[in-house]
Amino acid sequence: MKFAVLVFPGSNCDIDCYKAVEEVGEPVDYVWHTATDLSAYDCILVPGGFSYGDYLRCGAISRFAPVMNEVAKAAEQGKYILGICNGFQILTEAGLLPGALLRNTSMKFRCHDTVLNVVNNQTPFTHDFAENEEIIIPIAHGEGNYYCDEATLKQLQQNNQIIFTYKDNPNGSLADIAGISNEQGNVVGMMPHPERAVSELLGSADGKRMFTSILKAWRDTHGTASVR
Amino acid sequence: MAQQVSAKEPTAEQIAEQKIYQQFGVSDSEYELICSFLGRQPNYTEIGVFSVMWSEHCAYKNSKPLLRRFPTSGPRVLMGPGEGAGIVDIGDNQAVVFKIESHNHPSAVEPYQGAATGVGGIIRDIFSMGARPVALLNSLRFGKLESDRVKYLFEHVVSGIAGYGNCIGIPTVAGEVMFDNSYDGNPLVNAMCVGLIDHDKIQRGVAKGVGNPVFYVGPPTGRDGIHGATFASVELSEESEAKKTAVQVGDPFMEKLVMESCLELIDSGIVLGIQDMGAAGLTCSSAEMASKAGNGLELYLDQVPQREEGMTPYEMMLSESQERMLFVVEPKDEAQAMEIFERWGVICAKVGKVTDDGRLKLFHHGDLVGDMPVQALVDECPVYEKPSSVPAYYVENENVDTERYEEVKDLGGALKTVLASPTVASKAWVYNQYDHMVRTSTAVRPGSDAAVITIHGTRKGLAMTTDCNGRYVYLDPEVGGKIAVSEAARNIVCTGAEPLAITDNLNFGSPEKPDIFWQMERAVDGMAEACRELDTPVIGGNVSLYNENASGAIYPTPVVGMVGLLHDTDHITTQGFKQEGDAIFLLGHTKAELGGSEFQYAVHGVTEGRPPQLDLDTEKKLLAGVLGAIQSGLVQSAHDLSEGGLAVALAESCISGSLGAHVTLSSELRHDLALFSESQSRILLSAAKEQADRLQAYLTEQGVPVTRIGSVGGESLVVEINDAPALNESVEGLRQVWEDAIPCLMK
Repeated sequence: MKFAVLVFPGSNCDIDCYKAVEEVGEPVDYVWHTATDLSAYDCILVPGGFSYGDYLRCGAISRFAPVMNEVAKAAEQGKYILGICNGFQILTEAGLLPGALLRNTSMKFRCHDTVLNVVNNQTPFTHDFAENEEIIIPIAHGEGNYYCDEATLKQLQQNNQIIFTYKDNPNGSLADIAGISNEQGNVVGMMPHPERAVSELLGSADGKRMFTSILKAWRDTHGTASVR
Repeated sequence: MAQQVSAKEPTAEQIAEQKIYQQFGVSDSEYELICSFLGRQPNYTEIGVFSVMWSEHCAYKNSKPLLRRFPTSGPRVLMGPGEGAGIVDIGDNQAVVFKIESHNHPSAVEPYQGAATGVGGIIRDIFSMGARPVALLNSLRFGKLESDRVKYLFEHVVSGIAGYGNCIGIPTVAGEVMFDNSYDGNPLVNAMCVGLIDHDKIQRGVAKGVGNPVFYVGPPTGRDGIHGATFASVELSEESEAKKTAVQVGDPFMEKLVMESCLELIDSGIVLGIQDMGAAGLTCSSAEMASKAGNGLELYLDQVPQREEGMTPYEMMLSESQERMLFVVEPKDEAQAMEIFERWGVICAKVGKVTDDGRLKLFHHGDLVGDMPVQALVDECPVYEKPSSVPAYYVENENVDTERYEEVKDLGGALKTVLASPTVASKAWVYNQYDHMVRTSTAVRPGSDAAVITIHGTRKGLAMTTDCNGRYVYLDPEVGGKIAVSEAARNIVCTGAEPLAITDNLNFGSPEKPDIFWQMERAVDGMAEACRELDTPVIGGNVSLYNENASGAIYPTPVVGMVGLLHDTDHITTQGFKQEGDAIFLLGHTKAELGGSEFQYAVHGVTEGRPPQLDLDTEKKLLAGVLGAIQSGLVQSAHDLSEGGLAVALAESCISGSLGAHVTLSSELRHDLALFSESQSRILLSAAKEQADRLQAYLTEQGVPVTRIGSVGGESLVVEINDAPALNESVEGLRQVWEDAIPCLMK
């Protein structure tokens, strides 16, 4: 299985995503924002950071990057796409996920561990968690306050598209939402950083199981993992 | 030579007659000297260039003789002071690069941008050496957290640091914040950056190779920050508000692109010399690069990317627009360099050429508009030995009896008062606004004695801290200077790392005042002695003088930034108690030392007497003993005793570990002294019960005074002194006081 980590000008969690994939032992490439072909990749990670300086609005400029057309195609093809933090913001701006991320209600950037509740473990991204398991994943954002209209929220709830919720809501997110998926379940966006929680030495290894989940899901559908 | 470029600019004659140079901080005698170096009167651009190069900020003209007193070499030092940042070997062909720098005056006037650009500037110092920046720290001082102005400065300085560091993606992992009236109106904002580099990648800021092209990288030059270096070298006054244009505006997104592209350029191996444009912008970087190579430099100012129309040579040379670099490559490598910057979308322009005539020549619209000897600019600024005299306050303080206040009987109440004092209280409100985890290497987060980051692909780590207690330094600069270095070393050792070296930020008042110069001399002597004794040389730093407000100088605050090497991540030790039943040890001796203490300030409202004394021999043994014990796996937790003494250290270890403790002390001191004295060279350790005897024996053998004072357990901090109850406070109660203090004040 092959991972891509997208790099926009201003991405700064690209290295961390890359290292997290290395940690689970799979091949991974950095892919520049101007790339026009993602066909070699099975999972696309849209990393955190401040793409284009977060000018105008977080993710609003990135969605016009050439590579985003390819991300949309990959989503349609059912490939796994995971947007983390700024990556989540980009995916909502690109319309690949519903809703928007507003400023934290505290009006301040917040960086600390959060306890997440795994609401839906029946996704390619969360198989390795137990349902309703509490896991520790850190956040680091100024605009992580998830918002959508009532109809969308209802839809998210009915389709089990809410993947993670916060135990103590740190940013004012609607319904404590920390991460959601698209209707098909192959595109996930989340504000917390699983790539920062891949080793006990750094505080938590809970995030690693997202990457192992993805790998297992891919193996289940493709039989075997590619050799590096 | 064009004597006048713009009709608006004064001529060379007018500058001389009307003594316009004085407005730039150039004295009459300095002006005469400049005329003799030029063999004529300088024009407006030239006097501007000289004035910034000869400012305290760039030339250290008032502090150079003092800086020579520091030990700057050692077996591990690969580069000492003089370049962008110092470098220390950490083995395996790797080295650590670090430096601290102040942005005090800009932050006093425009706190968000002042602090943000302070962070941006220090990051450039690190990557211009070829190093990958891996961590940021900051050391902040504000007035008492009561007035709206202080709260405004605090809020926006923190948010400026966050805004820059978070965006560029370098974790802000440690630092300190202290509050005292002394800093009212003149906050201190010192930013430190730490980078990692392979030995063979080390760069220098030299303009090598006559005929080679000189390139400008980064956003266009605007009219911001003109005379920033001069602004930093005078006292703040009511007019300072009007000098807001001397404050630069930062763009961390641009810096991220400049950083990545420059590191890629350096990695390609074609760079001959590279330097950032920091203080005094294009002027300082070009003159210094030429000087270090013994060459000259021609600059074609029409080629300098410009943000505004009609910029004059004077404005371009003195602008401190941010995120700009200067580098030199051979002509054959030009295209390769340009390609890199094009891909990153960063402006790169050829603006000059290396020459052999030792002169900095400026061309504009085809005219020679400035022509100055490089050496005169960089090396010939007069150095002043200022007069110094013992201040009256220092003499008076000798006879102050620090025990003259009535004994405080409500020790629990006093502990809460000290824990709620913003200097001691939890700084989570601050560091939760900083991304301290990006780059996934932060093993010990902010809030501990020192932060630890891991080095990817090895078992090693780096510990880092900043320290300085300005009250101690004020009360006795020499002792205070020793304490600043020693406390930093203690913090590093408490995390399990070996102290390597320091960078220092000397924040003082006006050196024109003999009292202040005396503080500088004595503090430097104290620091230098401690650095020699503890084998932590000074590899670079910054001097910030003229830190004064309406009521006089700030407390002398020579901030120490120290980095230590953690040989194995297994050695990582933190301050929180770990397990019920663990034995608690107090290392060192507690004496009746309240001078300059947090207890004295928070409870009695004064700062007086002599500060705690410090014996470097004792300190050295303590550090060696604790490091040895940690490396032998005998220690569960370690915490340095600093502000608030034993009571606060115990409370913090309880709070961090969410565990109580039962402690019994026997002491001849008054109980409030026993708990709140800030005697130096003390550390609180805990050890598993079965290791306790071994630990005690080991430390005794190492010549470290050690007393077993109790054990970890329960939900309260219980302390008895000579069998009488002294403290009995629930850990949750203490946590609330400690955690809520700053958020409540900032609401």
